[in-house]
Amino acid sequence: MATDSPADLKDEIPELAPFDPTKKKKKKKPVAQDSVEEVDNLVEKTENLSVEDVTEPVFAGMKKKKKKPVELDLIEDEDVDVGQENDDGKIAEDEEGDGIVLGGERYPWEGTDRDYKYEELLDRVFNILRENNPLLAGDRRRTVMRPPQVLREGTKKTVFANFMDSCKTMHRQPEHVMTFLLAEMGTTGSLDGQQRLVVKGRFAPKNFEGILKRYINEYVICNGCKSADTILSKENRLFFLRCEQCGSSRSVAPIKAGFVARVGRRKAGA
Amino acid sequence: MSDLDVQLPTTFDPFAEANADDSGAGSKEYVHVRIQQRNGRKSLTTVQGLKKDFSYNKILKDLKKEFCCNGTVVQDPELGQVIQLQGDQRKNVSTFLVQAGIVKKEHIKIHGF
Repeated sequence: MATDSPADLKDEIPELAPFDPTKKKKKKKPVAQDSVEEVDNLVEKTENLSVEDVTEPVFAGMKKKKKKPVELDLIEDEDVDVGQENDDGKIAEDEEGDGIVLGGERYPWEGTDRDYKYEELLDRVFNILRENNPLLAGDRRRTVMRPPQVLREGTKKTVFANFMDSCKTMHRQPEHVMTFLLAEMGTTGSLDGQQRLVVKGRFAPKNFEGILKRYINEYVICNGCKSADTILSKENRLFFLRCEQCGSSRSVAPIKAGFVARVGRRKAGA
Repeated sequence: MSDLDVQLPTTFDPFAEANADDSGAGSKEYVHVRIQQRNGRKSLTTVQGLKKDFSYNKILKDLKKEFCCNGTVVQDPELGQVIQLQGDQRKNVSTFLVQAGIVKKEHIKIHGF
């Protein structure tokens, strides 16, 4: 059971990305400065988190932590939390500094005489870029691709409801994706009247996700810049994947079906 | 008199490496391990693409003994000989092939859910 919930937590993490990992990381530092007691409390709470159900108590756990520390820390935590919601990237620097300033430019080398380091400059450049022109700085991997919705149709067939949706999100031809899916799963299938993919056999959403992930890594994402802005085109009997962002082009292998063993009944007499 | 120790030109074959590599496991020939569903929870594992020099029967026999499953060698008109095993043996098969030295890890491709 304990092993299930962390897996669920991890599933939730992409959607809750701004909150969970960074919040958890953050609390450790003030605790380290304070008494050992707080560490114990933290440990308790993380244990609670893993044992209980995922959705609501995750936040409840967070709220608990805030009340426990001494007032000074409470203020600091609150401010830092608010600051965090504004800007994810600057938190590390908050810790060292005063932590009261929200969303403004704080340079870690301010106040002291030392020269700035390369990493600090890099951070600064990217923060500015992210604020002014988020498109260019975005390393935004597509976290918005919806999970595949699978339904059973009868006992022997599975329906992939979001198929067209996923194809459009990837900017790919549905036939290409369908060929890949069927070749990987080793079954037959077709598109029904409502543009859903009906596959023969019983499959779980996790299976579809895995295969889609493989498809994306091989046929959608550009190797150089990891962007999903790519176009698949056929030139001279080869498939080429051309990236829009960096302009690189690479060849991809055509989808071959492979050996399909004969399962099922033989036709009588044949 | 080898006092001077003249650097005699040794026979250096710049293509030795390339040749050895090529004849190693077959350039660019992948071994595909696939899985198919049968009725209920049952499945079939298929291994295709092994080099023709190997004795498929011996490999099959070892695989069957190792994983306690049944299997057979199927003759496909285009794809040659294909090993079919009962159950989901993809991981087992790939570790077996690598350990036995039949295929290198980079040449194995696992398909399927």
